[in-house]
Amino acid sequence: MLSDWGHVGFLLLLALVFPVGGIASSWMLGLLKIRPQAPDPIKEDIFECGVETEGTAWVQFNFRYYYYALLFVIFDVEAVFLYPWAVSLDEASVTGFIAVVTFIVILTIGLAYAWRKKALEWL
Amino acid sequence: MSYEEVIFYFVAAVTVLGALGVVLTRNVVHSALFLILALLAVAGVFILLSAEFLAIVQILIYGGAVTILILFVMMLTRVRDMPQALDGPQRPFAALAAGAFLVLSVLAALSSDWPGETREITVVPFREMGEALFRDWAVPFEVASLVLLVALIGAIVLARGEEGE
Amino acid sequence: MAIELEHYLILGALLFSIGLYMALAKRNFVGVLMGIEMMFNAVNLTFIAFSRFPRFADMTDAERLSGHVFVIFVITVAAAEAAVALALAMLVYRNRETIDVDRMDLLKW
Repeated sequence: MLSDWGHVGFLLLLALVFPVGGIASSWMLGLLKIRPQAPDPIKEDIFECGVETEGTAWVQFNFRYYYYALLFVIFDVEAVFLYPWAVSLDEASVTGFIAVVTFIVILTIGLAYAWRKKALEWL
Repeated sequence: MSYEEVIFYFVAAVTVLGALGVVLTRNVVHSALFLILALLAVAGVFILLSAEFLAIVQILIYGGAVTILILFVMMLTRVRDMPQALDGPQRPFAALAAGAFLVLSVLAALSSDWPGETREITVVPFREMGEALFRDWAVPFEVASLVLLVALIGAIVLARGEEGE
Repeated sequence: MAIELEHYLILGALLFSIGLYMALAKRNFVGVLMGIEMMFNAVNLTFIAFSRFPRFADMTDAERLSGHVFVIFVITVAAAEAAVALALAMLVYRNRETIDVDRMDLLKW
């Protein structure tokens, strides 16, 4: 049981070692003067390619983005509830089915409301 | 030390350090990122407690959804006016309350006579969880959907404010 | 020594106190909310710890499961609460140009 999670732990370790190792080895090679260092204002840019950056990242975005985050959170929670139902489908029987259908219908009312209130549209 | 202990102390240290990072860092965005770290470490503790389903729920809802919502709101309100999560004048009172709570609860936890691990505990299977949820907890389950519905409608109405038709 | 119930309880207490300090001391609305989320997590951790180390040896599996189910509901309510609280934060910000809780003082005498 717990040992099964060793694979996940190994993956986490790998995910940590890979970027940290890259940065650390680059830094060490720089110290040893193996890595050339030629700073340039264009190379120091946040995005070396593409549109030039302008202003700071601390601007106020349109509040309409909030609707998307909100709907995501609500339906994320719904998905969490559907998961144990999907796994125990054969045991949950008709009662479980009715319970889940009611659950989905109630949340669909919310979706319909959001739709009606034009929260899904970018005005 | 057994490997279970090593993992516990590691995960517990990440949880507490992440939580301290949330409090101590001065930039609110950094504190939200530290919050993600602390919440993911709590998911690790759930795995240690053989509650695998809850660990997944924790990562999905807290690690994903709630922190995204928090970061979104920082983006939507101009936090530049207040990028620093400053401590208010209640600081000494807050420290006193938190310290008093910590001392009391640790004393209570240590002085009580808890039973040890009385029997072999197996991981709660997902299907058993589903059965319990839909058989014994069907009514709270429906109420939860109502709570979510009300939250959705309420949040949409609040976020709209006076604009719109 | 093996990891016992006390270890988890103390971890929960630590997390709860840090969250409590955060919720009481911060002036930023979002900071207060983050503190509350941490307190929720501490409580969930304690629930699961008690479910993992049952107080009574004759506890059935269904009774043990109720701890887990309770945590799912706590997480659900916390997500709903965060959605509404953050919408409130945005509304206050739009009306008063601040999310500093010390300056939301319309109700004060």
